[in-house]
Amino acid sequence: MSNSALSPTALSKVEAEPSFWAEQLRSFARSLMRDTAGLIGLLLFLLVVFAALFAPWIAPHDPLEQDLKASKLPPAWMEKGDWSHPLGTDPLGRDLFSRILYGSRVSLQVGFFGVLIAGGLGLVIGLFSGFVGGRTDNAIMTVVNIILALPYLLFVVFIAGILGRSLFNVILIFGITDAPIFVRVVRGEVLRLRRSVYVEAAHSTGVSQNRILFQHILPNLIGPFLTVMTFEMSAMILYEAGLGFLGLSVPPDIPSWGNMLEAGRQHLQRYWWIATFPGLAIMISSLGMNLLGDWLRDALDPRLRRLKK
Amino acid sequence: MRRYLLSIFSQALLVILGVFILVFVMVRLTGDPTSVMLAREASEAQRAEFRARMGFDRPLAVQFVDFVAKAAVGDLGNSLHYRLPALPLVLERLPASLQLAFVGLLMAVGIAIPLGLAGGTRPGSWIDAVGRTIGLLGQTVPAYWLALVMIIVFAVNLRWLPTSGRSDFSSVLMPAFTLALPTMGRLVRLTRSAVMEIMGDDYVRTARGKGLSNQTIFYRHVLRNAAIALVSVIGIQFGYMLGGSVLIENVFSWPGLGKLAYESISNRDFPLVQAIALFTSLVVIFLNLLVDLVYPLIDPRIRYE
Repeated sequence: MSNSALSPTALSKVEAEPSFWAEQLRSFARSLMRDTAGLIGLLLFLLVVFAALFAPWIAPHDPLEQDLKASKLPPAWMEKGDWSHPLGTDPLGRDLFSRILYGSRVSLQVGFFGVLIAGGLGLVIGLFSGFVGGRTDNAIMTVVNIILALPYLLFVVFIAGILGRSLFNVILIFGITDAPIFVRVVRGEVLRLRRSVYVEAAHSTGVSQNRILFQHILPNLIGPFLTVMTFEMSAMILYEAGLGFLGLSVPPDIPSWGNMLEAGRQHLQRYWWIATFPGLAIMISSLGMNLLGDWLRDALDPRLRRLKK
Repeated sequence: MRRYLLSIFSQALLVILGVFILVFVMVRLTGDPTSVMLAREASEAQRAEFRARMGFDRPLAVQFVDFVAKAAVGDLGNSLHYRLPALPLVLERLPASLQLAFVGLLMAVGIAIPLGLAGGTRPGSWIDAVGRTIGLLGQTVPAYWLALVMIIVFAVNLRWLPTSGRSDFSSVLMPAFTLALPTMGRLVRLTRSAVMEIMGDDYVRTARGKGLSNQTIFYRHVLRNAAIALVSVIGIQFGYMLGGSVLIENVFSWPGLGKLAYESISNRDFPLVQAIALFTSLVVIFLNLLVDLVYPLIDPRIRYE
């Protein structure tokens, strides 16, 4: 960036030009093409989103359709397998491939809305805590640290057991219990940015607090925030399936990866595929988000980018 | 030093109070604990009787003070299902869970830290690739699913290890490993990045400039500084493992706290779940306190503060 960026008005002019964002986007795409792992991550992520959006058109069967004559069929490439059920069927004769496609909807909804709620709460509380400082900040951070020090999964299972099985409850549980992570990240970044030279410079030239918040702090928060979002989304998908595995997530009649694992677990000895494929689906989506998150962290961190060049 | 001790002890007390509030609120989340703890077909008379017996009809503040006061003398309430005091039931299951978490932690530390140290000092080498793969797998493989796959492979097909239960030492291997996997991944990543950061620090450059051997630099500077970052994380990870065992203990029918917690939820035995959550949290807080006490021993900066 040129020297003119030292004055805040000049900086905002640069940002206001549309070519700035276009250039930003282009450099993004370039860095993605260079980073194989990041590209794979993006493709896996898109694959899961695609499955969730187009499940009704791709799925060969109704995920709830039972066919006891075709019960416990092995995957198509095995002996006695049948290509009308590519990944085999469960004890009720339901098509595993179709159920996995529909199951992605539950996982993505939990991940997406969970992260949206946790991120939103974290952003508001973290900004507030970081800006107000002093005792309020201390009190908020104490609460955050208390929650982060607890045996997390045990508490999630506890709350889920009390509230009962529903998609809404699960989203709410993860949305609220995961907020402390975002609070900590946002507050940490706010403190770091407020100490930075350019915010100090803006402050001493008489720029208002609001303007500092929107022009300097928020744009710089986007990077770490998005990165944490992808990682937390992946964690929520793992935890949701874990709850489902215990029979504490969405109701049993909804096809979800966790519910499928739970059903397959009883038939582990002879019908391994029933529990194996939903687990692979969980792993693929979580892998995609993690690789994407790793790449985002590097790509959105201007300090790292400069080092790479 | 005195200020440091004072601050960690007051912090711990605050956390304990926080845990009490959380657990207390949780059972009352739906507004009426009887709706959670009694079967749906319970009559209004039964509900009223239950409310009076459990003391749910008293003002919330009174209930809370009573809850804390009783817990302080070791009374964590009674299990509805077993009709016994909750604390002995919890204590009975504690050794199994602690064993699982300790063996798991040993595996995680034993595998992750050498890999992280090697990878951090030689980024890009094959051993770094191994470490980074484990780092990624730890974050992406659902541990409870890996547990199922390992049962299929090692117990059902190869018959090397028992499928479930707690018997001799071989029975702890699979549960401990699957429980440890996420922690292992996190520790590799952390050790690696800590080492890489330290290697770039001024004091390492100075040490190099003085002509110290790589070995001396590694043991005197890199290892000690990395240990500071690692110790607190290991403490927190132990807490995660105690809580995470809810899933793993269930897969392997491991007779610990996690299995008891899950069974109690199925039985709507929430006083017992509450006791487990409270007790596990206290164990975790106590361990974190221990870590904070060990801290000044490895980091002289805290000692002289």
